[in-house]
Amino acid sequence: MKTFSGKVLFLDRNDINTDEIIPAKYLTEITKEALKPYVLEDLILDSFDPKKDIEGKSVIVTRENFGCGSSREHAPWALEVNNINVVVAESFARIFRQNMYNCGMFAIELPKDKIDYLFNTYAKKDATMTVDVDRNKIIVESEGKSEELDFKIGDFDKTLVKEGGWVGYADKNY
Amino acid sequence: MKYTLAEKIFNAHRVDMPFEDTHVLKLDAVFCHEITTPIAITDLQARGMDRVFDPNKIKAVIDHVTPAKDSKTAEQGKILREWAKRHGIKDFFDIGRNGVCHAIFPEKGFVRPGYTIIMGDSHTCTHGAFGAFAAGVGTTDLEVGILKGVCAFRSPKTIKIVLNGKLKPGVFAKDAILYVIKELTVNGATNMVIEFTGSIVDEMSMEARMTLCNMAIEAGGTCGVCYPDMTTVEYLWDYIKDEFESKEAALKEYSKWISDEDAHYEKVYEFDLSNLEPMVTFGYKPDQVKPVKEMTGTKINQIYIGSCTNGRIEDLRVAAEVLKGKKINDDVRGIVSPATPAIYSQALKEGIIEIFQDAGFCVTNPTCGACLGMSNGVLASGESCASTTNRNFNGRMGKGGMVHLMSPATAAATAIAGEIVNSDLFCS
Ligand code: SF4
Repeated sequence: MKTFSGKVLFLDRNDINTDEIIPAKYLTEITKEALKPYVLEDLILDSFDPKKDIEGKSVIVTRENFGCGSSREHAPWALEVNNINVVVAESFARIFRQNMYNCGMFAIELPKDKIDYLFNTYAKKDATMTVDVDRNKIIVESEGKSEELDFKIGDFDKTLVKEGGWVGYADKNY
Repeated sequence: MKYTLAEKIFNAHRVDMPFEDTHVLKLDAVFCHEITTPIAITDLQARGMDRVFDPNKIKAVIDHVTPAKDSKTAEQGKILREWAKRHGIKDFFDIGRNGVCHAIFPEKGFVRPGYTIIMGDSHTCTHGAFGAFAAGVGTTDLEVGILKGVCAFRSPKTIKIVLNGKLKPGVFAKDAILYVIKELTVNGATNMVIEFTGSIVDEMSMEARMTLCNMAIEAGGTCGVCYPDMTTVEYLWDYIKDEFESKEAALKEYSKWISDEDAHYEKVYEFDLSNLEPMVTFGYKPDQVKPVKEMTGTKINQIYIGSCTNGRIEDLRVAAEVLKGKKINDDVRGIVSPATPAIYSQALKEGIIEIFQDAGFCVTNPTCGACLGMSNGVLASGESCASTTNRNFNGRMGKGGMVHLMSPATAAATAIAGEIVNSDLFCS
């Protein structure tokens, strides 16, 4: 069972592409687990060290157009095997976003002012986020305080997360 | 009468709308290659669902890494090959008959106006050049496509791009699309279909339209589409002549795949490209685009001519015209990969392969090759490549490498000069 809660990794950049999330040379792997050490290996971001900064994080907060580029579902898988099942961003590339929900993971869009607020308030602290899908709330906790943010996802996306992905749903219904 | 081309295709293929803004479409074709399909196959097997919805509507190719470069890629090829055999998928293209997916599938006549197509590959948008709705998807969508012949999409919001005027000599579809991406930005068409129209598109060959639509994804677009016309009919004629009495009859039928005049667009851009110059990228994002003349003098280590963007016969012809009787610079390595065996044979017949070889190019078999730095043509750290491909992402062609996207004419001229430069086909 996937968890949708944990420490937050802040990636302060637009247009983080799938080649940065998982480089093409690892696409020869035929198990998801094999992708684990390579996630975000080629990310261009000042003072980001994939070896250290990903450890223990389970939620990514980032800016616009996350996951642009290739259709590779290896990108969500590389996150999944690192126990990151939630990405919160201002916007997502279409294929990446669909891949996340198809795998039963969250790609949550928040408006720019909320993303700015998250960066300004929590990026320099230890923060934990939890997605409460039934109440459409993200709960952020840091330094003993907590607050809730509303989010919207479509019924289709919600169904996919609850059913654990698209294959089972489609096989049942079509 | 108020639908865009994409909406018409959706209306004709919708099998369900289980939720608001969720359209489940029946698929006319599912394309597969050896990088993203094997995981779908093994997952279907693990679920006890090793079935295909229709072996005649599934087309498969080994193209990204071919010949296999190591045991892992050999395994990927093996899984795809055995699966195709097991399910009677006749249109499977293995080594010797294989080519880059988005070049070989249209060439074989597998794409028709009004079709719905998915593939586990983001550049599936290429096939919209025929007036089809063709979208890249991940492995899970591919799995469902293989199993059930359906795929779910949100409403096909559309951006219309009108390309007016006439391109100058030495300026090509690649320059036009680089310019459009610069204007739209890499996020400008996310979740949208990009419709290309206007006098420039009307005059384009199918090859050029495929170059245009191929890069729709670099602006975030779901699919690039062009309206079918006589050029489309001529390209397909060998494959459709038994279905229609005449080319005019085919055109009449295909003309239903055109947007209505009062269709709704999210945005309309009109560009007059009569003064457009050859363009090139300068960073790690495909919207970082400048005129070639502003990049003149940038040293280059490798030239790559090929890929689903610009590895077709017209592209090789243009490059050969620039290279004829010349040698590439001593400091550069030139690689050309004709995108399909038919293109390779045609280039041989026309003496184009000889021109490339005399100039000092290495000619590879049809494959994606250097485009994604997975098999051959990988850059060393700090090196740069002048490339006719579609992506300049950091690390795309090798860790620490830089890719400059450009047209085949500019790439050929750059090969001769050893630095980025306009071709002499371009008269400013
Ligand atoms: S040529 Fe490049 S972009 Fe095209 S399908 Fe192959 S790897 Fe992808």
